[in-house]
Amino acid sequence: MDRANALGESRPARHDGGVTDAVPGPSHSLPLILARELAANLATPMFLLDGRGMLVFFNDAAALLIGKTFGEVGEIQGSDFHKHLSLTTVDGRPVRPRESAAGIAFFQQRPAHKRVIAQPYAGVRRVVDATAYPLFGANGEMDGVVSVFWEHTDEEPVA
Amino acid sequence: MQVRVWGCRGSVATSGPDTARYGGNTSCVEVRLESGDVIVLDAGTGMRPLGVSMHHDSPSEINIFLTHLHLDHLQGLGFFRPLYDPSRVIHLWGPSSPVQSLADRIAMYLSPPLFPVHLEEVPSQLTFHDAPETPITIGSATVRATRVTHQGPTVGYRIEEHGRSFVYIPDHEPSLGADLRTQPTEWMSGHAIARDADVLLHDSQYRDHEYAQHLGWGHACIADTLAFADKAAVEHLVLFHHDPYHDDEELDMLLGDARAAWPGMEERVCLAFDGMTITLDQGGVSVSEPAS
Repeated sequence: MDRANALGESRPARHDGGVTDAVPGPSHSLPLILARELAANLATPMFLLDGRGMLVFFNDAAALLIGKTFGEVGEIQGSDFHKHLSLTTVDGRPVRPRESAAGIAFFQQRPAHKRVIAQPYAGVRRVVDATAYPLFGANGEMDGVVSVFWEHTDEEPVA
Repeated sequence: MQVRVWGCRGSVATSGPDTARYGGNTSCVEVRLESGDVIVLDAGTGMRPLGVSMHHDSPSEINIFLTHLHLDHLQGLGFFRPLYDPSRVIHLWGPSSPVQSLADRIAMYLSPPLFPVHLEEVPSQLTFHDAPETPITIGSATVRATRVTHQGPTVGYRIEEHGRSFVYIPDHEPSLGADLRTQPTEWMSGHAIARDADVLLHDSQYRDHEYAQHLGWGHACIADTLAFADKAAVEHLVLFHHDPYHDDEELDMLLGDARAAWPGMEERVCLAFDGMTITLDQGGVSVSEPAS
């Protein structure tokens, strides 16, 4: 069964309809909790989407990139993330949510890697390599997505 | 519901006079429901005397909920008398794994050469189930599991009956990589089942000064256990999974630490001991005291 999600689109079910319509509980799943704790202890920008496609956390390193803390942004729909950080391809085309590394990880439930230009609403453009992968809990359901941004260094080609 | 602690020692069983007051059997807790049904939480060495007590006094169907499969939570299963009674129906519940069935994982211990009898050969009627992450009904109660931070797949359980709630999280390191005092509750491992519990049995293996040497081992120190219980707004906290290196005297000091750190809540925190009984009913909660 497909379902609407916070990215404003639907994604396919995994296995035999394993994506449930569970009402969001008061707590996040353990894989997501552990991912958040990892993120909170990293100096690398890291973002977390939950199983509904909500952006539920980013760390302080990501806050430096965006120019706002997670407390200031709060939980938002993944599709609204571009309001805080626009992503374009290296040749200047906008990256739609479904085409971003996180979008691919969420919708296609597979790891993805993209080189993009990230620009906050009022801030410096940076070339970043975005790596995203889905988190599957022990019950086989996707609990969310981890997305990590690696700032591109001058020594590497941008193409 | 009536709760009885048959084992509250962590890691490995202890014996001898130094640990006699709080007891040396590893994790095993019996919960008797108003409906007459029996729930057993974990299968540590406390399960042996529990099985003896059940020989003439238990229903034919028993539900055993395992939090995880570390040996201190499993070692008593092979010595549980009802396991060898062909008239018994025994349901074993435990955390799911994408790799191996619960039966196969338990059989790694309950089979030669580690154990003389293979799990497939026990005469009772055994069935295996994944720990229920949505509430299920057992007699007059509901039981729900949630995954918690420990080494390997591990769950805690919440049992509710007639508006009373008993929560069992014997092995838990809720503060791994996080400061519980500032952590939003929705990001706290175990909070989903512990919230507003009447009674919480929780890991308290380490005194605070011992924790730094055991970071990441999957267990809690007193300060973290109190912070967790405080944020979950539990009514009664029972400190559980005593370190095998803590004798009775040191456990008394640990309780002193806890009560000093939880002003106003001194009467609501206590140490588990073998033989402890906890009653949760319409009249409230009553907890027995250890022999002095």
